[in-house]
Amino acid sequence: MKQYVMGNGAIALGALTAGVGLVAGYPGTPSSEIIETISKAPHEGVHLEWSVNEKAALEVAVAAAYSGVRSMVTMKQMGLNVASDPLMSVAYLGVKGGLVIVSADDPGPISSQTEQDTRRFADFCRIPVFDPASPEEAYGMIQEAFAYSEKYGTPVLFRPTTRVCHAYAAIEAPDHFAPRPAEGFVRDPSRWVIFPRLSYMNHAKMEKRNAEISKDFSSFRFNTAEGNPSEKAVVASGVSYAYVKECLKGHEDVRLVRIATAFPFPEDFVLQALRGVKKVLCIEELSPYVEEQILKTAGKHHLDLTVSGKLDGSVPHNGENSVELCSDILDRFLGIRTKLEQVDISDAPALPVRPPVLCAGCPHRASFYAVKQAMKGKKAVFCGDIGCYTLGNAMPLDMVDTCLCMGAGITMAQGFDYTNPDTVCFAFTGDSTFFASGITGVVNAVYNGANIILCVLDNSTTAMTGHQPHPGTGRNMMGSPVEKVHIEKVLEGIGVRKILTVDPLQLEDSIRAVQECLPEPGVRAIIFRSPCVALAKPENKMAVDPAKCISCKKCIREIGCPALVTEGGKVKIERNLCAGCGLCSCICPVGAIGGEQK
Amino acid sequence: MNKDILICGVGGQGTVLASKIIAASAMEEGHPVHSAETIGMAQRGGSVTSHVRIGADAFAPMIPFGSAGLLLAFEPGEAVRNLKYLRKGGLAVVNTAITKPVTESLKESGYSGKVMAEYLERKCACIFVDAEEACKPFGSTRFFNIILLGVAAGSGHLGIRKETVLKQIEKYVPPKYLEINTRAFEAGIKIAESETAK
Ligand code: SF4
Ligand code: SF4
Repeated sequence: MKQYVMGNGAIALGALTAGVGLVAGYPGTPSSEIIETISKAPHEGVHLEWSVNEKAALEVAVAAAYSGVRSMVTMKQMGLNVASDPLMSVAYLGVKGGLVIVSADDPGPISSQTEQDTRRFADFCRIPVFDPASPEEAYGMIQEAFAYSEKYGTPVLFRPTTRVCHAYAAIEAPDHFAPRPAEGFVRDPSRWVIFPRLSYMNHAKMEKRNAEISKDFSSFRFNTAEGNPSEKAVVASGVSYAYVKECLKGHEDVRLVRIATAFPFPEDFVLQALRGVKKVLCIEELSPYVEEQILKTAGKHHLDLTVSGKLDGSVPHNGENSVELCSDILDRFLGIRTKLEQVDISDAPALPVRPPVLCAGCPHRASFYAVKQAMKGKKAVFCGDIGCYTLGNAMPLDMVDTCLCMGAGITMAQGFDYTNPDTVCFAFTGDSTFFASGITGVVNAVYNGANIILCVLDNSTTAMTGHQPHPGTGRNMMGSPVEKVHIEKVLEGIGVRKILTVDPLQLEDSIRAVQECLPEPGVRAIIFRSPCVALAKPENKMAVDPAKCISCKKCIREIGCPALVTEGGKVKIERNLCAGCGLCSCICPVGAIGGEQK
Repeated sequence: MNKDILICGVGGQGTVLASKIIAASAMEEGHPVHSAETIGMAQRGGSVTSHVRIGADAFAPMIPFGSAGLLLAFEPGEAVRNLKYLRKGGLAVVNTAITKPVTESLKESGYSGKVMAEYLERKCACIFVDAEEACKPFGSTRFFNIILLGVAAGSGHLGIRKETVLKQIEKYVPPKYLEINTRAFEAGIKIAESETAK
């Protein structure tokens, strides 16, 4: 059946077609829709889960792969850092059933903290990596990835990038899927128990195997050479290959080499494809990985070859590529003209900037505002974390002093406490982040006697990545209702003595809760609980009474709700946006904001 | 047929549904289609675009600058921001009602729909629609995306038959809103027809 799906959907359908039997992952843009697509496709017999974090997901999948089941793990590139502990070890031990780890890279970065490159991770762990250039390719390539994983008994990485993950295409996939039958786990401690001696022996085997895979990859159908051999050639990988193809419409004679398997590098293929070439331009995103491999190959074989790319400044190191960028670079390198004529907008009037903001009626806005009010004039540090609530940094809230990585807010608040004795140290964490990597941080705080105030902004979902369930929601990806893991009980069990739960939309109560925590030492926790407005959009609306409003704009200046706008100097509430949370009505000094008249 | 259509606006305006319907309609008429959407943090009130690429030789997931035959803009400032995608001779269908970002309400710089419209008019062929005006008969701006689709279909620049688009609308909107959406679509077609008659 033909289906119009996102690249992530193509990956999901490809894995199902390959007979995957277990899929686990942790949400992260741009990878989240892979698991969501599987959950909506007929997937009987497939175990599907959102794990608490990427490390857990990979470990679950490793056991399935040991049992001979084709398994897949999905995450964004930052998640691979979390999963790197089991990844490094399983690379040494290998697998029985195919194990594909999908780690979606995010050049730009568009919604990530780093511009790291999963291909380098593959080289670091010495396992193969696949790099699709489009959703159609991703569908076919992930099936090949499973086959290679099984053929060589190694986990493999699959690395799409944001533009491939989020691009839509029509995919022809079967109507029914079934996991491949598996043998089950066969006990063999000499194979599955990692010891120094085993790692020593397997290390040699891995390198020998990688040399074989390099030869095998030299005839891999996605490593391609187009155009005619000549003095100059272009090498591209990932979505940059699609950009270059777009630019070279009408210049099909230009030699274009595409590398879909950066590691193990298909050296024989590249030598063949670049025969007679004197100058090569490498266009890729993130790190100059392929470029370095070509330099290495040129050195090893004494080729008379000049290599351009990121290392000589022809291609920028940072940010994502685009047709326009590639077009400029290609025109310079090849001496042709590929640019399309454009409307000149150099004289355009100034445009408003639109930074992402918390939604109208978002309970996080109220939580941040309550803490801000309670701490007015007092010295405090506000450690943020990863999620929608990172947006609490925007003006006018301005309530995020640090943001490092998942779960770091809780532990960093402790470090600030030890080194800034006159400061109240706050940690803000979301509910999903709390389960993913916050709990160990709380244990650390209690154990080491830190003085922190932990604010759990619990909106009962993983909002930023598209509202996935988590252990606190009472739902999982297998569809059955499950026992909720209660944040309060977890904190209690760890030994946190003061635990308050408030509704952040009750401003007075929330401020009082913060004030109540202030004089006490140790770890104090406030759970601000109110559902995400994007999920449970309430029906009621607020309105400004123009007769009462004195146009002081305090409401806008204090909370910056996007539903509060000015029109000809007057404040009004954008009816379509307002979620009726009532926060602005608590702020208006003259009581001009109230529930809309029915 | 090779055709690039760029849809732009602000997160939450219904641009995604419009792009889905256009893509499905083109496929229904037998064309290969690719598209790409803004996803993630930018959806929270940021600028969003949907790129719909119809035809066999679209390689890049996003439309190259200077290649779109039609720009469907749900917000006038976003139309200006994305004008670089428009091909010479292409058409821009633009909502003239602005969406003010929070930063603008905090510190007014005089951002106005009129200034944007005047600028656009100098740069390319345009059909302007005031969302609030156009939506009045329907009681909610919720139907604006379908009205705009109607304008696109009626302008002849979509390259897809109106009936095909309507058939896809039937598939995508809930049955109880089908009647009102059909009227919204037809209202859009009328706007386009009266514009081209001018
Ligand atoms: S009630 Fe006020 S603060 Fe809440 S969503 Fe509406 S305008 Fe924004
Ligand atoms: S705070 Fe009250 S009085 Fe001041 S502008 Fe807002 S609605 Fe008007």
